[in-house]
Amino acid sequence: MKTIRIGCGAGYSGDRIEPAVELAEKGGIRYLVFECLAERTIAIAQQARMKDPASGYDALLEARMEACLPACRKNGVTIVTNMGAANPTAGAEKVRDVARRLGIRGLKIAAVTGDDVLGLIRELNPVIVETGECVSGLGERLVSANAYLGAGPIAEALHNGADVVITGRVADPCLFLAPLMVEFGWRDNEWDLLGQGTVMGHLLECAGQVTGGYFADPGYKNVPDLARLGFPIAEVREDGIFAVIKASGSGGMVTLATCKEQLLYEIHDPSSYITPDVVADFTGVRMTQIGKDRVQVTGGRGRPRTDTLKVSVGYVDSWIGEGQLSYGGPGAVARGKLALEIVRERLKLTGVQYDEIRCDLIGVNALHGDRISAGREPYEVRLRVVARTRTMAEAARIGSEVETLYTNGPAGGAGAWKSAREAVAIASALIPRALVSPAVRFEVT
Amino acid sequence: MKLRAIAHSRAGDKGDTANISVIAYDPADYPLLERHVTAERVRELFSGIVEGDVIRYTLPNIGALNFVLHRALGGGVTRTLALDIHGKSLSSAILEMEIPDR
Repeated sequence: MKTIRIGCGAGYSGDRIEPAVELAEKGGIRYLVFECLAERTIAIAQQARMKDPASGYDALLEARMEACLPACRKNGVTIVTNMGAANPTAGAEKVRDVARRLGIRGLKIAAVTGDDVLGLIRELNPVIVETGECVSGLGERLVSANAYLGAGPIAEALHNGADVVITGRVADPCLFLAPLMVEFGWRDNEWDLLGQGTVMGHLLECAGQVTGGYFADPGYKNVPDLARLGFPIAEVREDGIFAVIKASGSGGMVTLATCKEQLLYEIHDPSSYITPDVVADFTGVRMTQIGKDRVQVTGGRGRPRTDTLKVSVGYVDSWIGEGQLSYGGPGAVARGKLALEIVRERLKLTGVQYDEIRCDLIGVNALHGDRISAGREPYEVRLRVVARTRTMAEAARIGSEVETLYTNGPAGGAGAWKSAREAVAIASALIPRALVSPAVRFEVT
Repeated sequence: MKLRAIAHSRAGDKGDTANISVIAYDPADYPLLERHVTAERVRELFSGIVEGDVIRYTLPNIGALNFVLHRALGGGVTRTLALDIHGKSLSSAILEMEIPDR
């Protein structure tokens, strides 16, 4: 039976670079997928593109390609990635330039476009799922709108011989599903195969999170050599059954526990994981440890896809100002609490307006609140005041009122830090699938 | 005993919704999880953090529960004021839950 190896070379935009090179060099893989596009990233990339039309793709695209293209070329590894972000066309041109610089001839690079539906969303004015209000209510604050595309246009690019496929917004598992559809001739209505392929994509899409990253808990869950964490490979058979493995000699581990945690990561109803290609059902999934660092996965199923596509709508939400300061030694918590009271009072006295505020003591209650953490006194604390404002000037006032505690607040305030930033937020909407038209364009070196 | 003695956990986020898995190390302990780690208890544990519904899904095949916590992340990663913008540390809080010994 035909078998294909797919590796995941990045699980988020800033991920480590060398594990992908390791996969390309000695993973025995046919495809290398980089998943680098978080919910908000594309909205921020869109803002960059508005300032500079040649930008808008992932900041590490050039570095990743420089590191990986030679080994991929040598070993016949095809790259699939959403590093095109808000500008896949410019991203493809950048890859072309990098390849030429490296002396790689005849490399075929595909840009998948059509996810940018900003114009369409203005026209359709759909309801925002989170708020129940129409998109038009965002007015000038609307920054971007990107539909989650499926495996279709990526498969088209691969069918046409692409060596590198650069997309914008695509549902993460589809980056992995597309190569399977091409290699095995899976049709786009073979729901159980698409469901099982989606399980594979979901397990791999966060890279190191299935090979021992985001997992270690010393004494309970020990993981070897996380500094050299190996990224995952799926060895997939044409009937969809696959094994999760990693490059031999790399750090980390592939066990039932690492795979089960990742199976449920960011999942809501496990019987209905909705992607643009299929509604996948994870409830029948079974996992078996069939060797060291080798877990076999079966039982993913699927139902027909929905008629709608999800759209990520980016908008300027507010400004966020923040300040931090530490206290240590005896009475640290009491001084931290006093400092928080002073900042609250100062914001009132100086008339700083805000819509929402948090006053935390890191080390005491910043992560889980007062209730869960009650009764535990740390040696040192870090005060953190953060507020949502309607102007940048007011956001800056928040951090300043923390910083001035140095000379005006309790004894021993240490290491002040402050920031003020615009918050670009993401909401979602659903639009009819038929109105979205993906396209594929090629560059050749 | 603490839940941590028999189960592990991972938290994820989508918008303002958090999900937390609770997975038995030994599948034989799964019925214990199903009996004692209820949606009500999880809602109670996170009552200062979660503002919406808590829904529990069961996955007996892999010996796991999945909790979905609505309005749990201060508006979600893109606008929350929380230090833990993704709610990633919630998985460690749930393992502190007391359950009866086997």
